[in-house]
This record gives sequence, structure tokens and C-alpha cells, in this order.
Amino acid sequence: MDIFTTLSTGSGYWNPLAWLGGFLVITVIVWLIWSRGEKSYKKGTAQTAPYLSGNAEPAKGDVHIRAGNLYWGYTEALKGYYSRIVPIHTGILNDYVMWYLGVTALLIIVVVIFA
Amino acid sequence: MIPGFITQNSPALLIMVPLIAAFLCPFIGKISAAARNIWAVGAMALTSAIAFLLAFDVYSAGTRVYVFGASAINLAVPLDSGGIPIRIIFTVDAMSALMQIIAATVGFAVILYSVSSERSHSGIESYYTLYLLMIAGVMGMVSTGDLFNFFVFLEILSISSAALIAYRIDKGTAVEAALKYFVLSTIGAMVILIAIGIYYGEYNALNIAVIASRMQFTLLDQIALVLVMAALAMKCGSVPMHFWTPDAYSMAPASITAMLVVASQASLYGLFRVLFTLYNVTMNAATVGWIIITLGVLSMVIGVTMAIPQKDVKRLMAYHAVSQTGYMLLGVGVGLAVLGNQSLMDAFGYMAMEGGIFHIVNHAMYKGLLFLTAGAIFLRIGTRNLNKMGGLGHNMKYTMIFFIIGALAIAGIPPFNGFASKLMIYESVFAFNPILSIIAMVVSILTLASFVKVFHSIFMGPKLPEYENVKEAPAPMLIGMAILACIVIAFGLFPQQVVDTLIVPAAHALVNQGAYISAVLGGA
Amino acid sequence: MLWNIPFIAMVAITLIGLAIVLFKRNLIKIFLGINIFEAAVNLFLITLGYREGGIAPIYTNAPSQEMVMATPQALTLTSIVIGVATSALLLSFAIIIWKKYGTIETDKIRRLKE
Repeated sequence: MDIFTTLSTGSGYWNPLAWLGGFLVITVIVWLIWSRGEKSYKKGTAQTAPYLSGNAEPAKGDVHIRAGNLYWGYTEALKGYYSRIVPIHTGILNDYVMWYLGVTALLIIVVVIFA
Repeated sequence: MIPGFITQNSPALLIMVPLIAAFLCPFIGKISAAARNIWAVGAMALTSAIAFLLAFDVYSAGTRVYVFGASAINLAVPLDSGGIPIRIIFTVDAMSALMQIIAATVGFAVILYSVSSERSHSGIESYYTLYLLMIAGVMGMVSTGDLFNFFVFLEILSISSAALIAYRIDKGTAVEAALKYFVLSTIGAMVILIAIGIYYGEYNALNIAVIASRMQFTLLDQIALVLVMAALAMKCGSVPMHFWTPDAYSMAPASITAMLVVASQASLYGLFRVLFTLYNVTMNAATVGWIIITLGVLSMVIGVTMAIPQKDVKRLMAYHAVSQTGYMLLGVGVGLAVLGNQSLMDAFGYMAMEGGIFHIVNHAMYKGLLFLTAGAIFLRIGTRNLNKMGGLGHNMKYTMIFFIIGALAIAGIPPFNGFASKLMIYESVFAFNPILSIIAMVVSILTLASFVKVFHSIFMGPKLPEYENVKEAPAPMLIGMAILACIVIAFGLFPQQVVDTLIVPAAHALVNQGAYISAVLGGA
Repeated sequence: MLWNIPFIAMVAITLIGLAIVLFKRNLIKIFLGINIFEAAVNLFLITLGYREGGIAPIYTNAPSQEMVMATPQALTLTSIVIGVATSALLLSFAIIIWKKYGTIETDKIRRLKE
């Protein structure tokens, strides 16, 4: 078996090993650029302290952006969609059964009509 | 090397080993905890070994038929019965073998993980008993060639999974999740039983091959088709019948959630088995194909959009599981919609089905991996709330690496396995209907967006004071995760080999109804 | 028409059982609805197994008549056993829910939602 076979997807192809080779080449180039950078950086000095316009650094727990604040804009923009879709997940058992039986009934109608 | 007895009876042993081991587990547990762990892991390892042996056999020598109690093991129709196969039968073709491989791999990784993740809990004897019953249920569901047996194994699987979901009572919320799952499963299973009764009333048979060879697609068959299809689509968690999925997946112990993914996929297998083997071209394949595609697209879109604002890490991943199930339904649904049209099948139908089936394998691996990492995090910090996490990357480096692998795979980033199967789905579905393909790509982008959020909020940021002394997950858990991570990478780097050896035979076994029937009934 | 009565009864019992599951909020009543539904399915299976003039497949001293294939009866027995296991598990869930939540009304058992 040839290890270097390419995945053909009908209209295209994909060779992960070739991709990996390209990835390695780019990594080496990136490393070369990085290694030519400034070397006088010292850990544990004022160089590594965050600079917040001269203010004192806040406690670590306050710096971290928590999950609830991420994608605020996304959910705000799609408010119309979310305000409809989220309340459907009521958590009431009867509704779950209702959805299941309703879909069954709907599918019976569709399948029998188009048979 | 391997005794002929074992190779010959491997389909029976596949069920027998976990069943016997399950019921002996409480007694072994009386001896000592170590003996019980060794017993459970050993039983699972043996089951996996048998599954691999059987799968190898099926892939190299073709469909295996195993008839319980017959004079010869593959004598499906007794000589004096007048052409009616009356015995309980297992029919293991390439698709079944593929599902067995999935269950065996994930099952083994999960039980290694459970050894340390469940160590501090009580009632572990019952945990292992139910876990092995779950394995027996999955293995039985995917190997059986008899509809009533399918129902029985489905019920074994639902009862043991419901009990395991409720296993950590967790102030009652886990029981609530199990209750919802189990009420829906019971009703679904009863509905399937009605459909089985309809088949029996019409064709006087329970054997899938016999019913398939006599299939007329009358009005009753159409109703039975929908009853089975809706019940199994509900069991695999497709929108709009997915409501139990986030509840059950988030409240079960992480190890069980990884197995629940496999259990859902066994239902998906049952769905495909009924559609392709039982009905195939006798039904209006285009309509049913479009129904499956619609369910798939709804699952993809609603699953991923519901995932993004979630606060509970496992609930978020559960919505992603719904969304990924949509890809499988989409791929196989496209294959179903063009079933019977040979030129379209060759052009993109087979490729779409192969993509969908490949995604089943990949999903079981990376989703299992993601749930196991979530479990490791929960074990160490005791919360699943994303808002309370942060900076864990400093202390849990290996868990973070496994999480990255799983997250990139689910988002379809090269070179991991999710990319290969998604690429196959995109390109073949594009030939069928470009809009569906575009929706699939957008969903993939949203998946990546949502996992960027999870990754940032769990691992990034400065070390939080409350998690100053968090330790790395224990070694057996890491080994369980590492097994799945290695498979994710290996399948991503060598997709064509996997597709050629595992996926293509499975897809053709599904489509080729005649081969299934003649394997059981002999040249009919 | 007379031989259709069991099937009509089965459909009626199914609808009653499912209506209870859909519209009752009390967990115990929902479980009873599931049990009624199971009874309907069992009735359906056992009706399918009826063959007019057939005798039970017991070979000892059997008269030489048509024998009935016992498959539907076997299915029904299996289904009853599964039903018992199901009910037991469901009721044990109800006990724990009652202990932890203090209610068995489904519209109050909804800590998991959205």
C-alpha cells in the first residue's frame, strides 16, 4: 500500500502529508525569522510586567475574560433568532414527547403523500 | 494462532463476554476493588479483541452469518422449515463490522479512563456492570440480523444508559436528565415494536433479509418506515427531537457521555440499516432522502447555534454532537436521495455516503476525546461552568493538548480527521445541491468559533488564584485520551487508506441490498 | 369485521396511553400512560399471532392439526419482561426526583433547559 496516496473526493483531492510538509517548511521559516529577533529580553524584570497606562496591575482573576462575555455581539446581533429558538427548549418532559410524536405524524403524512 | 473455535463463534462471543462479565462484576467486586477493575478492563479488552477479530474476518472474507442453535453455524434456513428462517441470527457485514470497531475502540479507551475517573465514587460495581451491558447492547444492535433482537438490544442499551446517566445523582439533576432520556427512549422503542409487529403481520418474518426480499412498500410499510425512522432519528438526537441530548450528555459522567455518543451512532446505524437494507429502492428514496437531508441540515444549524451561548462546557459539547450528527445525516441522506440512479450514485452518491460514514467514525473518536477532556477538567476543578474557569493551560498541559486536537478535528481543520470527512461531504454534496454544501461550511466555521471560546475560557489567561494548585489529570485518564487522540491524528494523516479499507466496503454493503439478502438466504 | 376489533382496540389504547403522556403533568400518571401504551403494543403482537383453528405447538400427544408458530407469543413475553424493567427504573427515578426536588410535576422538573 502506498502511504502517499491522495484522498480523492470526486471533484477534488487532499493529501495531508503534502500539507504537513508545507506546514513544516513554513514553521521553519517562521522560526528563522523569530530567531533573528531581540535577544536581550529578561524574565522576571519590569520588562515582563503588563503596562496599563501606568496603573497598578489588577488581580489575576479580573484580567481573564470570562466565557459569558465572549460573543456578546454575536448573540446581540442574532437576538431575533435566539429569542425564538431558546425558549423552545423548555425542559418540560411533555413538550419533548410532543415534539417527537408531532414529527412522527408529520413524516407519516409526507411519506404517504409522496409514495 | 487463534483457535478456530473462537473465530467461528466470534459473533456470539461478542455478546456473551460482556454479558457474563457484567453479571459477575458485583461478585468480583466483593473480593477487592483492584480485582474488579482488572476484571472489567480485562473483559472489555477481550470484547474489543473479539470485535477486531470479527471485523478483520468480515473485511477480508465477506459477510458473516451466525445462526444460534443451528446444525451448521451459517445455516440460516433450516432444511425442514420450508424456507422460513426461524432461528435467531446475527448478520455481520462491513457496515456492522465498522460500528463494532468504533464501539470496541471507544469502549476500551473509556474503560481505562473510568478506572481513575470513577475511583472516588461509590457503587462502582454497578457502574461497570451497566457499562458492560451497554457494550453488549451496542454490539448486539449493530450485529443482529433480526428485527426483534434489534429491539431487545435497543432496550438493553437504553435501560443501561439511563441508569448510568443517573449514576451521579448530582442533587437530582442527573436523574432528571435520565428520566427525560428514558421516557423518550421507551416510547420510541415501543413505537419500533409496533413497526416490527406490522412487518411480522405482513410478511410473517422478523429476519431483516427475509422482510427485505418480500418488501412491497404498501401503505402499512410506509407507516412502519416512518415509525422506525422517527424513533431512531430521535434516538440519535436529530433536531427537532434532540431535546434529550444536551440534558443527558451534560449530566452523565464524562466517560459515559463518550459511550452515549457511540450509542447514538448505533441508533444511526439502525436507521441506515432500515432505510438501505430493509427498503432500499422499493421506497420513494428521493422523498425519504430529502427528509433525512432536512433533519440533517436542521440538526447542523440549530445544534451549532444553540451551542455558542451555552455556559456549561459539556452541554455546549452536547449541542455540537447534535450538530455533527447532522453532517452524517446529510452525507448519507444525499446518497439515499439519488439511490437507484447509477450514474448519479457513481458521480457523487457513493462519495457522499462514504463521507457521512467516515464522519461517524471520526465523530466517535474526537467527540469521545473532547468529552473525556471535559471530564478530566471537571475532576480537577469540580465545575462545568465556563464562567468559573480560566488559566488551566498552565497546570493541565496534556489535557490542553488533547483538547486542542479534539477541537481542531471537530472544527474541520487540517490535518485532523474531521477535515477529511467534511471535505468529502462538502464536495459531493456540492455536486448534489450547492446550498446544502454552503450551509455545511458555515456550520463548520461556527463550530470553530465556539471552540475558540471554550479554549480561551478554559485554558487561556493568567493562572487564577483559586486554581493555583490544580494538578494534571491522572495517568489512566490521559492514556484513555491518548488512544483516541492518536486515532484522530492517524485518520487525519492517512485518510485514503482508512476510506479504502474501512469506509468503501461499509458504504457498498449498505447500498447493495441484494448481497445482504443472498448472504443470509443463499443465492435467492 | 369482528376480527378487526383487537386492532381497533389496540389503536384506541395507544391513543389513550399517548394522550396521558402528552397531557398529564404528574410523573406517576405519565408512567401509567407508558404502561398502557405497552399494553396496547402487547395486545397488537398477541393478536398477530392468532391463527384460526391452529393449536399450540406442543408436540406431546398433539392431534394432527395445523400448529401455530409461537413467535409472537415469545415476543410478547419478552416485551412484558422489558416493560417490567422499564417501569421499575422509571419509578426509581420518580422516587429520587421526589426526594431531591420535592415535586413530581413535569413543569417543575426543569432545571435542565435551554
